[in-house]
Amino acid sequence: MLRILQFLYSLRAFLLFLLLELVAIWLIVSNNSPQGAAFFNSSNAVFGSVLKTQSDISDFLDLAEANEELLRQNAELLARLEVVEINRDSTDNQPLDSNFVAEHEFKSARVIAQTLRYAQNHLTLDKGKSHGVKPGMGVFNHSGIVGRVKTVSENYSVAISVLNTGLLISSKIKPSGVYGSINWDGQNTTEVKMLYIPRHVEAQAGDTVVTSGYNAIFPEGIAVGVIKKVEQGSNQNYLDIVVELSTDFSKINYVYLVENNQIEERDTLNQEAEIVNEY
Amino acid sequence: MNIRSLITFIFTGIILMVVQVLFLKNLAVFGVAMGFLYLMFILDLSINSNKINLLLIAFFLGLLIDIFYDTIGMHAAAATLVAFVRPYWLKAISPTGGYDESNRPDLHEMGLSWYISYSFPLFFIYSFLFFTIDQWGTGGLLGVLYKSLFSTIFSMLLAILVQVLFFKRRRRI
Repeated sequence: MLRILQFLYSLRAFLLFLLLELVAIWLIVSNNSPQGAAFFNSSNAVFGSVLKTQSDISDFLDLAEANEELLRQNAELLARLEVVEINRDSTDNQPLDSNFVAEHEFKSARVIAQTLRYAQNHLTLDKGKSHGVKPGMGVFNHSGIVGRVKTVSENYSVAISVLNTGLLISSKIKPSGVYGSINWDGQNTTEVKMLYIPRHVEAQAGDTVVTSGYNAIFPEGIAVGVIKKVEQGSNQNYLDIVVELSTDFSKINYVYLVENNQIEERDTLNQEAEIVNEY
Repeated sequence: MNIRSLITFIFTGIILMVVQVLFLKNLAVFGVAMGFLYLMFILDLSINSNKINLLLIAFFLGLLIDIFYDTIGMHAAAATLVAFVRPYWLKAISPTGGYDESNRPDLHEMGLSWYISYSFPLFFIYSFLFFTIDQWGTGGLLGVLYKSLFSTIFSMLLAILVQVLFFKRRRRI
């Protein structure tokens, strides 16, 4: 017995090494699923505040550009409002019919940290639970989709970027209305793959791709990108489609968060119908 | 280790972490080479430091970096491997006559060519494991090798530069 203990003691460095590696692998694996709650990440209060200070400084230098962008967006929204707004009179005060209740709720946030160079990229946002951010909300900016919120803390949240091999987003080719999934292959940060488009579909370079609204993360019609290349790939059933992202991931400062108010209703309905929704 | 060198030691560690998290995190030279400067802290620990301490320091340092990078476990796994390999590699490349007592394997003590042959494989092991975990399942050993090689060269250059510029040559007694 003593011999065994002595033997183990002489191997203690190696055993500790194995133990630490196992802990690290366990952390990697348990953190890697897109739905799973993470243990430690940059949404933690201490680390979040460090990253926020850094981003405060660097964003200050980009203020002029950000302002210009906001002005442009404001003008666009004003122009759209012109069309919708009707003169109100006393009959408008009745409660709205449930058909008109807004299905989506929007919030804004600032990106305080972001990775681009890995296969699993993340963004840290400066809004958290106390601002009403919940896991599962969609993230997009003025030019297109950005990602999906994964975990939230009191004041910060971490989102999975579209540039993450684990994230699938339901989307459609606009002219033909055919549905597929967007997934990143981990190579080029300006391109994603569009999966599950059957071979008979006539898709061509230049077609716009937008979100489909099927998975209830994003509302229908948010820009994803433009088809760059269509090929009859190695797969017998599906086309190989490369989509150029409309979002420039190297320049994301401000984003919008969108929440589907009716997601619970849809989920219960799906459960009753025994449909398992992947995301 | 007296109290003064302990303070210098901790201070160096903090500075390296801050540089790593605030500057090098957002930097990728030509889109492939990433700097893992903080690993220099583990490489430059004294030659006869305890293996157990080395492993623990490396693991927690890696974990701290991971939290900022949102890559939980990946830096920790790579840094632990480096800390485990380090004593064996040091033994393998020991100069004739062995090391001086309480020597540190840094640039000023050991000279440039020795430092390169010492740090290059360790940086490479680190980068290789890191990128392998990162690209797991996406297939492409070539991409991993490419990224690791350039990250290794970049990290090593940074480590040498930092030591030449900011570390004082210790007085010989």
